[in-house]
Amino acid sequence: MTSSVVTLGQPHPYPGKLIIVEGIDGSGKSTQLLLLQKWLESKGFKCFFTEWNSSELVRETTRRGKKTKALTPTTFSLLHATDFASRLYHNILPPLKAGMLVLADRYVYTAFARDAARGVSPSWVRKVYNFAVRPDMAFYFKVPIEVATDRLLGGTRAQLKYYEAGMDMNLSQDVTESFRIFQSRILDEYDKIVSEYGLITMDATQEIEDQQNEMRRLVSQALEQYRPTRGTYGRRTALFWRRFDEPKAE
Amino acid sequence: MAGGRRYFGDGLTNLKLSDLKGKLIAIEGTDGVGRSTHIEMLQEWLEVQGYGVITTGWTRSNLMSKTIEVAKQGNILDRWSLSLLYATDFADRLEHQIVPALRSGFVVLADRYIYTAFARDVVRSGERNWIRNVFGFALVPDLVCYLRIDVDTLALRVIETNGMNYWESGMDLRLGADLYDSFKKYQGSLIEEFDKMTEEFGFEVVDARKPPDEIQEMLRAKIEPNLKSTRKQRRSPEPRTEPIKPTVEEPAG
Repeated sequence: MTSSVVTLGQPHPYPGKLIIVEGIDGSGKSTQLLLLQKWLESKGFKCFFTEWNSSELVRETTRRGKKTKALTPTTFSLLHATDFASRLYHNILPPLKAGMLVLADRYVYTAFARDAARGVSPSWVRKVYNFAVRPDMAFYFKVPIEVATDRLLGGTRAQLKYYEAGMDMNLSQDVTESFRIFQSRILDEYDKIVSEYGLITMDATQEIEDQQNEMRRLVSQALEQYRPTRGTYGRRTALFWRRFDEPKAE
Repeated sequence: MAGGRRYFGDGLTNLKLSDLKGKLIAIEGTDGVGRSTHIEMLQEWLEVQGYGVITTGWTRSNLMSKTIEVAKQGNILDRWSLSLLYATDFADRLEHQIVPALRSGFVVLADRYIYTAFARDVVRSGERNWIRNVFGFALVPDLVCYLRIDVDTLALRVIETNGMNYWESGMDLRLGADLYDSFKKYQGSLIEEFDKMTEEFGFEVVDARKPPDEIQEMLRAKIEPNLKSTRKQRRSPEPRTEPIKPTVEEPAG
């Protein structure tokens, strides 16, 4: 059982480091995190990667709920919280306690932004996630809604998904328009969160390389005092390679 | 608790509480205390009087019942996930069953309510705030009847009926050497927590060691005044003195 003293409000006591990225779909945050991981691993750090909505425990339920469109903003929110809890317990806390680096693609701030944009009480969502570990570094990739939409529609993910586009909220009959309205609301929420939790804002309209250089500079500063603990095996586990080969949702 | 309906904490933002004119009655109590048997009898009693009744059961939502079953089969549940699974199940039933029924003026009989989640989480974490915040969106019931039993009587009763299972014995907590020891420690702590909440939330206590027909009679006496405070829609008043006899001798979990 984890000590209940650890909350989102204060720095965690563990020897490892937690680095997370946030941003709306199409902000390029996953690309940046992947590049950061490559760099960290080339430096000899062992990294554990975890992404939003990926625990075995609720994946099937979320899929079914989305398919039958049975999810309300409240159940949508709670399912994601369950998913997060399970990943925190099984994937994030053990490496952090062991003194390793954990990289998370989206963190609790995603829930704060999305759920509030769906009309859920912002103070309630924050209380629900209060058991989360506070990240050591949190990057927010800020991008105007037009740029994000162009990237998504122009790229391989031309199909906007029902919940991603906020179609459950009857904002517009048109999927693209609904996406625009919903993601704009999320952007507004992110702006509040950035100041509330002190996220590091990155200009996500810049070149990928420039953003990455800036990110690496900030991370190496933050890791100056960090002493990595490493196991006997210096190599990455095969699992991480396989993960990156799969097409990922942002 | 008469007067306006309210949320336990941070509520649902898009719901008008004044529209919910039905009655929400929760029956609480630990595992194997006979809740479901009594709820069946209460439903019958209320329907005979002309009240529309729906019942709603813990972990019985369309969305979550399967998930929770599967999750409990594997050893992959941590404290937060378990509580959040309960919360998701409850939210689904609240929005899809309880609220629509209350809006249409039904009496909703809830087999367990948020207090079950509170007790189970507190026993696992020793901390009360978080779980209460999580269930902030829950409606405060019009009445909570707590079927109270001591752990020794409970242990005998459960062995005689369904037997002890892994989760009802709190085996995930490693409290005792075997199922029986663990059951007594776990259920003992749950009962202790329910007793504390009785003070805090004003439960109506019903002694669950009494014979079933006496328990039923006490439950009806507690429920009756709550119904009278709203509109009367009885077709033909039934005499209260004639309790419906249970078809099963001993209430099962």
